[in-house]
Amino acid sequence: MRIESDIILGKVKRLVSDGKADRVFAWKKGNFCYDTEPSLFTDNYVGFTYDDFCAANLCKFMINESKKDGKTLVLIKPCDSKGLALLEKEHRINRERIYALGVPCAGKIDMDKIRENGVKGVIGIEEEKENVSCNGDENLIIKTLYGDKIIPKKSVLYDKCLSCTDKEHVGCDEVFMPELSEDTYDGKKFEGVKKIENMPSDERFSFWRSQLSKCIRCNACRNVCPVCSCVKCIFDNDNSGIASKANSDDFEENLYHIIRAFHVCGRCVDCGECSRVCPEKIPLHLLNRKYIKDIKELYGYEKEPALLTFTKSDAEPSVIYERGEKNV
Amino acid sequence: MYKIAYSEIYNLFDRIKDVITLFLPAKNDGAVSFSKYESGTRYEADALNTVRSAKDFFFPQTQNIAEFKISGKSIEILQNTEETGKFAVFGVRACDEKSFGILDRVFLSEPSDPYYNEKREKAVIITAACNYPEETCFCTAFGIDPSEPRGDVSTWVSEDFLYWKANTEKGEELTNKIADIFERCNDGEIISIKNNIKTAAEKLPFVSLNLDYWRNTGEKEIFASEKWESVYKGCLGCGTCTFVCPTCQCYDVRDFDSGKSVRKFRCWDSCMYSDFTKMAHGNPRKSQKERFRQRFMHKLKYFPENNGGIFSCVGCGRCLKSCPQSLNIIKVARSVAADD
Ligand code: SF4
Ligand code: SF4
Ligand code: SF4
Ligand code: SF4
Repeated sequence: MRIESDIILGKVKRLVSDGKADRVFAWKKGNFCYDTEPSLFTDNYVGFTYDDFCAANLCKFMINESKKDGKTLVLIKPCDSKGLALLEKEHRINRERIYALGVPCAGKIDMDKIRENGVKGVIGIEEEKENVSCNGDENLIIKTLYGDKIIPKKSVLYDKCLSCTDKEHVGCDEVFMPELSEDTYDGKKFEGVKKIENMPSDERFSFWRSQLSKCIRCNACRNVCPVCSCVKCIFDNDNSGIASKANSDDFEENLYHIIRAFHVCGRCVDCGECSRVCPEKIPLHLLNRKYIKDIKELYGYEKEPALLTFTKSDAEPSVIYERGEKNV
Repeated sequence: MYKIAYSEIYNLFDRIKDVITLFLPAKNDGAVSFSKYESGTRYEADALNTVRSAKDFFFPQTQNIAEFKISGKSIEILQNTEETGKFAVFGVRACDEKSFGILDRVFLSEPSDPYYNEKREKAVIITAACNYPEETCFCTAFGIDPSEPRGDVSTWVSEDFLYWKANTEKGEELTNKIADIFERCNDGEIISIKNNIKTAAEKLPFVSLNLDYWRNTGEKEIFASEKWESVYKGCLGCGTCTFVCPTCQCYDVRDFDSGKSVRKFRCWDSCMYSDFTKMAHGNPRKSQKERFRQRFMHKLKYFPENNGGIFSCVGCGRCLKSCPQSLNIIKVARSVAADD
């Protein structure tokens, strides 16, 4: 069954009129069918939408919203909910001033993947009405200035949706119609990491050098990350000696990513936003997922924050060293 | 005018490469960028826009200016006088070509910028007409014709041929060196290509973008508009829009301390950043709303005000595609101008 934007809006309106919140943070329709933008609705809901293109994670906006008086209702997808929970745990938001409404998700569509099919001049995207199968393998009809094209929806979902293992919300005040969520996991969450682990170290080094050298240091990956919530990032601090503009050598870019990866290690909620927003298509999630995989294998944690717990049976540094040796 | 069979296009690139260093759009790890052509490089003919624009050739993200070497009590100053060799860029689109004129107004007005000027003089720009404009393209709103790209040489492509026409002395010089690879032809052969492009361009969604509000409303009034409060909301302040934009021109000059020496370099700056135009008291634009407003006021109001009405946007659509939150100049230009 389809998730209808109007039904979600109806629910939102009821909650607001019941006094649960004073304003709403959600998505707004754009110029095309696909360019929805995060938006704050205060007195009307003009342009409100919740559709296949609402990929942006809204939870980080709550840092500022929850500083205001009154309550903000925010729409939260399953993957977003993990970020919101982390922000709460790290005391970065005032949870009392937020009403988190969990919304169902059937995967979000990546326009870049559609364009990779050689599609140009998109003027509309529809789901094919006939042949709708029950396993979510529906087709999209891409209407363009130069004719229509049919593309299977699964092939153009965001990578983050393909590696989304469950559609469970955590820590929301209420989850609305969760039965409408659809499984989008491709069963290959750690495949990319394994591929890199199996590379000889020089090949691995040149893989990352080549990827990271594309970086334009726009900082979108950092700014979108719900875990990167430092009030003043070290890369914005002139006195640190590593302020972000000092990229006079592309090795600086590499360092930036390594420092950022270490800082989110053990905290990253794998929301996939960093890879989604990167204009240069750098697969940043592979860095973070390496930690996630290691933490899972070495310490047995996947959902809990590993760095906050210590047990005597924790792996010693030597274990880590030996594991690294294998690949040298 | 000349032509060459489209199937011979790599022979053409090889020929150009033997005469002059050649750059063209190619895919690198999934993203299309202007890359140095070597035999075997695959030309991304279908990509209209590279991720980063062609401004990089003249105004690179980082430009070393000088190095100060310190030994004991003496400081040695080494100015960077490194020269760029001549180079050609193939596949520049009409919008990017137009952006050079906008950058020229900034970097070549007196006192002209020697680093920019030097690269600009060394470059031969070979443009390519856009057979299939994208829905995000709105170059026509700024009087740019995607079927008539300029530059030193213009090219058009049909199913069977690539057409080549030199427009300037630099273009003629390059053409003469490789002329034997071409066949002569007359201008009439490309009329239908141009007409097809014009028809496609007329169907683009933003063809009727109206910028009269920006032309006719006073600077102070637009600046004070209450609309800014809502249009900036989703902005992350990431600066992606400014870095991919062919006409964004702001830079910073910084020192890089390597421990043994200090390197003075120039780098792109973004009005979206917290340290933009930072002075002793901090950034004069304290909130993201003010920073966001600056970008669009610059493009649609301040720049035209100082440059005879020319907007500093060429409608390439990069910011429409790259903004992680789907904010962009069209939304802003329309929302701020809207009556409601
Ligand atoms: S590092 Fe990337 S995947 Fe992890 S929380 Fe931040 S944005 Fe999400
Ligand atoms: S989003 Fe991509 S290009 Fe921007 S700073 Fe991050 S890795 Fe670099
Ligand atoms: S408008 Fe978009 S691309 Fe530009 S700084 Fe804001 S979020 Fe980034
Ligand atoms: S503002 Fe946007 S559309 Fe205009 S030139 Fe810059 S990137 Fe292109």
